Amino acid sequence: MTWIAIRMLTGDRQKFFGLLFGVAFSALLISQQLTIFINLIERGATAVYNIPTANIWVMDPVSRTPDVALPMPPTALDKVRSVNGVEWASPLLRSGATVRTPEGDLEGVTVVGVDDATLIGLPKKFIQGSREALYEPDAVIIDSVGAAKLFPEGFDPIGVRLELNDRRAVIRGIVDVDPSFTSQVILYTRYSNALAFVPGTRNRMSFILASASDGLTAKQVTTRITEATGLKARTREEFARDGVDFIIENTGIPVNFGITVALGFIVGVAIVGLTFSLFIRDNIKQFGALKAIGVTNNKIRMMVAAQALLVGLVGYGIGILLAAIFIASGAANSPDFKGFYTPWEIPVLTAFVVITMILITGWLALRSVLKTEPAEVFR
Amino acid sequence: MSDKRTAITINGIVKEFSAGSQMIRVLHGIDAEIRSGELTYLVGESGSGKTTMISIIAGILYPTDGSVSVFGQDIYSLSDNDLVRFRLSNIGFIFQQYNLIPTLTAAENASVPLVAAGMKRDEAVERGRAMLDKLNIADQADKLPRQLSGGQQQRVAIARALVHEPRLVVCDEPTAALDAKSGRRVMDLLREVALAPERTVIIVTHDNRIFDLADRILVMEDGRITHDGEEMPDH
Repeated sequence: MTWIAIRMLTGDRQKFFGLLFGVAFSALLISQQLTIFINLIERGATAVYNIPTANIWVMDPVSRTPDVALPMPPTALDKVRSVNGVEWASPLLRSGATVRTPEGDLEGVTVVGVDDATLIGLPKKFIQGSREALYEPDAVIIDSVGAAKLFPEGFDPIGVRLELNDRRAVIRGIVDVDPSFTSQVILYTRYSNALAFVPGTRNRMSFILASASDGLTAKQVTTRITEATGLKARTREEFARDGVDFIIENTGIPVNFGITVALGFIVGVAIVGLTFSLFIRDNIKQFGALKAIGVTNNKIRMMVAAQALLVGLVGYGIGILLAAIFIASGAANSPDFKGFYTPWEIPVLTAFVVITMILITGWLALRSVLKTEPAEVFR
Repeated sequence: MSDKRTAITINGIVKEFSAGSQMIRVLHGIDAEIRSGELTYLVGESGSGKTTMISIIAGILYPTDGSVSVFGQDIYSLSDNDLVRFRLSNIGFIFQQYNLIPTLTAAENASVPLVAAGMKRDEAVERGRAMLDKLNIADQADKLPRQLSGGQQQRVAIARALVHEPRLVVCDEPTAALDAKSGRRVMDLLREVALAPERTVIIVTHDNRIFDLADRILVMEDGRITHDGEEMPDH
């Protein structure tokens, strides 16, 4: 009877496409919004992951994320270096500043000052220029998304002079990094330059980047650093997670995306439920006739289940495919979506949502079929 | 020559429906016997109880009281599943509105009882096609119901009712939607294909154009059989 059920459904093209649209729309909305949400909040961790060499971040105890940090005195660096188990430690400065472009536009930027001697803190992947270029006078390295934001498409920014907090800065390279949560332009420079670029306060060092000695885990060393110095020390993974948690706890983003995902589910249930009910209502005489002829309720259940399964599978496939195309195309073509990817958990979660939707609507539709008395075909 | 043995025995059938707090009795203890090899008409005004009666005979509506024996089987003593299986094997249905599945071809519609019984699709559709051939509409086998005329749709419905060679065929107003000529042709077909010594056909109708084709007419009024004869009573 399965082929009869499928033909009953697919033959009514209007309702079949309506059902597919409902499921696909729902799957698209849910998976696309969840993917954007996950990628967006993961940007709270990009500042940490953009510096792959450091597996320990040390900071003032009140600091929370790479962008919410209380600077420490320079002596903190020596304290950390003296802790047993620390392989090396170097300073990092992160601070906001304002840059004026040659065209006179103003743009907020994040200045990242990396260790003068080792350049630890500088991203690895260069699109243009090299690490050594940072030793040139007033040199800054700009991130690729920032370059796209500051300059017109096709413009080569190498050698361009910027006015950074009233000081001269010259772009000497472009690095490929994932943008931060705010997508602010990032300018990397040497620590000594950064001190000059950023307005002075008594303490300037935002973080100390460190690495654990061989034979010790980063977690063991962070515990030692905290015990010995009173500073807050986090492993890279912990600090990355802190950045993500900060966004979740301090913005309305999870609620807003949650509402959109819930709406996707509700609208999906409404469209699919209504269309499925209409389909069943239009075919109720045929179902009644089948029951009269001798089709058992179990076979009727199988028929409706086959119809729901077909709609669910095809609709889910279309929705997920469209969402994946959207994300992949966005990641390839738009700086706003740079680095976006679809985690495997999202298609799985969306599948569960679609299954729930299909179960609810299928059950509602089936109820009316099962309640139909075969004798009604004679009325 | 047809063998006129008893095919269906109806004993004291009572049917009541609830209407709010009240129970309305639509059949008042009906007794009747229907013989095989005959076209039996169940005739009556709207509300006389003939649809309820045929539903009970066909095993799709439980009576409040009484019993129905179809070819020796007390059908309401069967379990629900057994009753469904009994219907599938022994009863063919022809509905007034045909109730064909609009997205299946004529041959596929005709094959539905065989598919429901578990026969493979290709074989079932072939047999459906053969039945359509018997009913002289083999050339319409691949068309959808909406591409067929009312008479052709009725023939497909007849093919569906007969394809699994049931012993009892119940028809609800089979000619109501047809013109006189098509109606008589359908009745001729029914007589030709459905009637055999071990078979019987019951037709609910108030189409007086086909009364002369009946072997037997049962007239119902207010839930009772008021006439049982070969012709309609004179009023």
